Amino acid sequence: MGRGNPKVSGVLPIALENATKAMMAMVKAPKEYICVMRLHGKVNEEDIKAVCKEFVGQIYQRPPLKSSVKRVVRIRTIYYLDVLEISGKDVLMKIGCEAGTYIRKLCHDIGIVLGVGAHMQELRRTRSGVFKEDETLTTLHRLKDAYDTWIEEGDESELRKIILPVEKAVEETPKITIRDSAVDAICHGADLAAPGILTIESGIKRGDLVALMTKKGELVALGTAQRSSEEILDAENGIMVKTRRVIMERGTYPKMWK
Amino acid sequence: MSQLSRKREILVKGEEPLNPEYGVNPYYRPMQIHIKYGIINLDKTPGPTSHEITSWVKRILNVKKAGHAGTLEPLEWGGETRRFQVYFQ
Repeated sequence: MGRGNPKVSGVLPIALENATKAMMAMVKAPKEYICVMRLHGKVNEEDIKAVCKEFVGQIYQRPPLKSSVKRVVRIRTIYYLDVLEISGKDVLMKIGCEAGTYIRKLCHDIGIVLGVGAHMQELRRTRSGVFKEDETLTTLHRLKDAYDTWIEEGDESELRKIILPVEKAVEETPKITIRDSAVDAICHGADLAAPGILTIESGIKRGDLVALMTKKGELVALGTAQRSSEEILDAENGIMVKTRRVIMERGTYPKMWK
Repeated sequence: MSQLSRKREILVKGEEPLNPEYGVNPYYRPMQIHIKYGIINLDKTPGPTSHEITSWVKRILNVKKAGHAGTLEPLEWGGETRRFQVYFQ
């Protein structure tokens, strides 16, 4: 059955230069896909919908043979799986899932439960964390045009619409605002101590990934909270956040530490 | 996606005035710097791999480093990269 490779398209956030260091905030973000699953036999619509419903929640997946990750069974959460349309053997579905869910495998497994077999015919990612199909979604072609217009005509308006600040990637990451005097030390890899903190978002737990921001809203670094929001608020000294990835270049803020 | 909505409440621990001497609102960085701190929400077309597209972006923008978050390949684990796909020239 010459199936060929399924068509795969959609939201692919690409980070540039310093922004690549913020990707750890993006890779674990939930994803949304629109998928065409092709069944290998006739099944009535009610059965398809009923089986699809069973795949919502926690599922077990073993990575396929041709995979870049270790082949151990993983648990992944399917937040929703909506059957949008059924046309003969093709089932159009919208899937919201945890990062690392293998949609091709999901289709395969749904096919097994339906008893006829199935494969993924087409896949489109419609969301990757905060990045979705909206006015910011662009193509290589538009990117090239916008860049050339900036270089050749000095008009940066299009390029500015296409290139988003790295801060967009941490839109959903809990934030801690730090003093200007603490910024350069963090840029040199120092951990964040209590006196350097201006504000904390509520709901942070020990071990959470947090974004360290300047008062002007610039992303300085990503780190791991060593204390909860309430504990940080009350602390007078001690390390509150261990710095993990520094995004801001050294020297952006003045050196105010010895 | 409800997993993406967070209730934010800002707890104030300390205060200091806004100093205009350094730093900049992220939306007003000069373009050269803006690119260095930039992210592109790219619509991947079927055909080329995520790796190929990332290297084309690098070439178009003349940057040394670019990386995609969550590969989008049928034979890969959709939506996650174990190691970050970062390319150096």
